[in-house]
Amino acid sequence: MTDVLLEMRGITKRFPGVVALQDVSLEVRPGEIHAICGENGAGKSTLMKVLSGVYPSGSYDGEIRFDGKPVHFAGIRDSESAGIGIIHQELALVPYLSIAENIFLGNERRGRNGLIDWNRTNAEAGELLASVGLHESPVAPVIQLGVGKQQLVEIAKALSKDVRLLILDEPTAALNDVDSAHLLDLLRRLRDRGIACIMISHKLSEITAIADSTTVIRDGRTVETLDMRAGEVTQERIIRGMVGRDLESFYPERNSAPGEEVLRIEDWTVWHPVQHRKVVDGADLNVRAGEVVGIAGLMGAGRTELAMSVFGRSYGRNISGRVYMHGKQVRARTVAEAIDNGIAYATEDRKRYGLNLIADVRTNVSAAGLDKLARGGWVDGNEEIKVAEASRRDLNIKTRTVLDVVGTLSGGNQQKVVLSKWLFTDPDVLILDEPTRGIDVGAKFEIYTIINRLVAQGKAVIVISSELPELLGTCDRIYTLSAGRITGELPVAQATQEDLMALMTMEKELAG
Amino acid sequence: MTRTEPEPAVAESAPAAALHAGTSDPRTLIMRNLRQSGIYIAFVAIVALFTVLTNGVLLSPGNITNIVLQYSYILVLAIGMVILIIAGHIDLSVGSIVALTGAVSAVLVIQNDQPWAVGALAAVAVGIAVGAWHGFWVAYVGMPAFIVTLAGMLLFRGLTLQVLDNVSLSPFPPEYQKVAGGFLNGLLGGQGYDAFTLLIAGIAVAGYTVSVFRTRLARIRYEQPVESFPLFVARVLLVAAVVMYFAWQLAHARGLPIVLIVLAVLVLAYGLMTKSSVFGRQVYAIGGNLSAAMLSGVKVRKVNFWIFVNMGFLAGVAGVIYSSRSNGAQPAAGNMFELDAIAAAFIGGAAVAGGVGTVVGAVVGGLIMAVMSNGMQLMGVEQSTQSIVKGLVLLLAVAFDIYNKRRAGTTR
Ligand SMILES: Nc1ncnc2c1ncn2[C@@H]1O[C@H](COP(=O)(O)OP(=O)(O)OP(=O)(O)O)[C@@H](O)[C@H]1O
Ligand SMILES: [Mg+2]
Repeated sequence: MTDVLLEMRGITKRFPGVVALQDVSLEVRPGEIHAICGENGAGKSTLMKVLSGVYPSGSYDGEIRFDGKPVHFAGIRDSESAGIGIIHQELALVPYLSIAENIFLGNERRGRNGLIDWNRTNAEAGELLASVGLHESPVAPVIQLGVGKQQLVEIAKALSKDVRLLILDEPTAALNDVDSAHLLDLLRRLRDRGIACIMISHKLSEITAIADSTTVIRDGRTVETLDMRAGEVTQERIIRGMVGRDLESFYPERNSAPGEEVLRIEDWTVWHPVQHRKVVDGADLNVRAGEVVGIAGLMGAGRTELAMSVFGRSYGRNISGRVYMHGKQVRARTVAEAIDNGIAYATEDRKRYGLNLIADVRTNVSAAGLDKLARGGWVDGNEEIKVAEASRRDLNIKTRTVLDVVGTLSGGNQQKVVLSKWLFTDPDVLILDEPTRGIDVGAKFEIYTIINRLVAQGKAVIVISSELPELLGTCDRIYTLSAGRITGELPVAQATQEDLMALMTMEKELAG
Repeated sequence: MTRTEPEPAVAESAPAAALHAGTSDPRTLIMRNLRQSGIYIAFVAIVALFTVLTNGVLLSPGNITNIVLQYSYILVLAIGMVILIIAGHIDLSVGSIVALTGAVSAVLVIQNDQPWAVGALAAVAVGIAVGAWHGFWVAYVGMPAFIVTLAGMLLFRGLTLQVLDNVSLSPFPPEYQKVAGGFLNGLLGGQGYDAFTLLIAGIAVAGYTVSVFRTRLARIRYEQPVESFPLFVARVLLVAAVVMYFAWQLAHARGLPIVLIVLAVLVLAYGLMTKSSVFGRQVYAIGGNLSAAMLSGVKVRKVNFWIFVNMGFLAGVAGVIYSSRSNGAQPAAGNMFELDAIAAAFIGGAAVAGGVGTVVGAVVGGLIMAVMSNGMQLMGVEQSTQSIVKGLVLLLAVAFDIYNKRRAGTTR
């Protein structure tokens, strides 16, 4: 056995007009957890796509050696058969197929007659599920699982192919703390079985907790590889590598001086669109000018559903309750009416609900506020470019020009485009659903700064987040939501993570 | 603020700086626009090919006029079709609508001796009504356009047969025939050519030049990438030369066809509408990502409804042109027109998944089909072979498109 499992040397990858990676090197030892850190757009995902054959050999320069032998993957199948499994930033399971079918998709377990051997398929899937600690029936359709469990299915799928190197691109971005902890435990167990792991993450606390070494990438170049086993490398140290300077604080300071009430929701009840159950049950909440209000809750508590149903009833059915803006009851039965009333909602799922990925940055930024750019139904294209350029500068969106297609931007920069779109509508209340998902530390700080700027202008902001420290660091007041009910309301000065957690799980305990 | 002042460390990379200087490496630009420019190159190549194969007959004055007259209704349909395709829909019924609207017009004008304008307006009104019917089912009931318009294809073909009582009607009075067969000429006189045609073309070229120049200036002012100046001039000169040559040939035949004017107005209006009206932008937004469009406040139902109404309107216009050109109404009129219109849109760069496509592209796509059909007819190629060639061209055009996308590296 060699002492390096994977060696990537001098990798350079160009896209038309962009050099995404320049002379990048990476070494992974057998059975280690190797973290990759870097700002949004640094080239992390691209490097992993090069490694796994998504970008085939020949479309990049440089050398990859796996197990001491040079390899040239023409596609993802080649890298899989060599023992490299990748789990992309966006999960890729087929929702209506069963867990077992998903695990063996493209790699079906067949009997002697060439047909699928279902007994073997389901039995082997059951074993794999046990090994990743997922207690679900192999025949359950994937659509019934939450994101955390889907993630485990993806890992089981990779394990079914005898991987020796598992790549995870931001695996915990969409997970809550409990699921994340579970996943990290699993990675440790895999490491003990000798499976090496490359993990991309913007959650530095996870990296310091789990990684054996960390490679930092900045602007498409390797900056350094840190040995983490001694436990001396701090988050601050990694940040310095990522951004090239010290970051003195995670949250910008703000003098909060809440004013008049802007938005109030009373007795808000929402039914599931197809199932017979309430997703939000009699929620009351309000937010004042110059105030940041957080909504904490576990996955499935109904946070997104609450926000989307308020935002022009874009979720659920049989919605009842009242919405007040500036003390006056308003109609917000369609998204257009909600926007007209000064409500904006930036989604947590930018690819599905937030962006037109095949259109350019400019049209995405203006998509919700076209009326502001139009006279008599005609869009002022020059003004539109100006607006997009301004957003690019204000939010520091990394793109060559605003005419670039949004789908080619890195994940974090796409998130900033979503934000720009809603900032441009100039709302009175901005609802941000997981605004920093997949965003690097520097950009997080920028987004918090933007939130502060908005409230300083007298706007109201609602932040939905799975990260309690983020809520505690940015909000004035936090509501907790559990199984569709508001179970608590705490001023941030009196709140701790433990309090919030207790309130977030309250209803569940009552029910269970 | 507790953070150190952000340094301007993340300086603009070299290519970005170059872009902002207002010029750009033509290769980058061509790469970026390969999809769009590819079709123009293909068009020129096909024209050149058939000019050689037909010993120059293709570009003779009489034949150019002929192509315009013969395929104008497909181009009109292609405009409506590409808008539907951009929004992620399709319309399989346009051939039947052409037949029905032509039949209604024929019944009024030929059987009931109404003036030609009454017939034409009634045809367009029927087209709009049919479009509204489709729009209702697609937008408000939420049915797939494929099914709705497949049903419409049968339904309106049947209605055509009933309106016509299973017989063909002809001929139309001369004024009606003028719609598709008339010319605007002799208004300024000339020595064996029509000066008016040349004047109109000259105005068009001047307008085009001013407009692209202004766009360029605005782009530079807003620090957006533009092509290098020589390339820009070359492009303008090329367009001007092509248009003037085309006009010159028309002027030496029968002058400026009325349908060409109709067509030019439609292309301009719809081109502008799709590119820079709020409505047009919303069409692209819906096709690009329906959920995101909805959550951005786009009134998706309304937009979907109106683009079907619009398709009906254009099918009505095409119905008038076609009945005028064929000088009557036949039960089988317009058969397979939908396929030609759909093919034109896809050859012109529209994407099957929606969100991509242009009116000008669709029209050029339609012209490619027109030149091929016409060229092969001139060569005396058999109908069967023509069909095979057209099928292959459609296949290759879309394959080229997919290849391009892959090369651009967009992983969708
Ligand atoms: N298909 C593409 N075409 C053009 N440019 C691309 C393409 N894919 C990525 N890029 C560019 O390459 C750079 C690196 O992108 P990449 O997705 O690897 O970033 P990342 O480090 O994963 O960022 P994030 O943390 O935001 O996910 C970005 O500037 C991006 O715009
Ligand atoms: Mg990434």
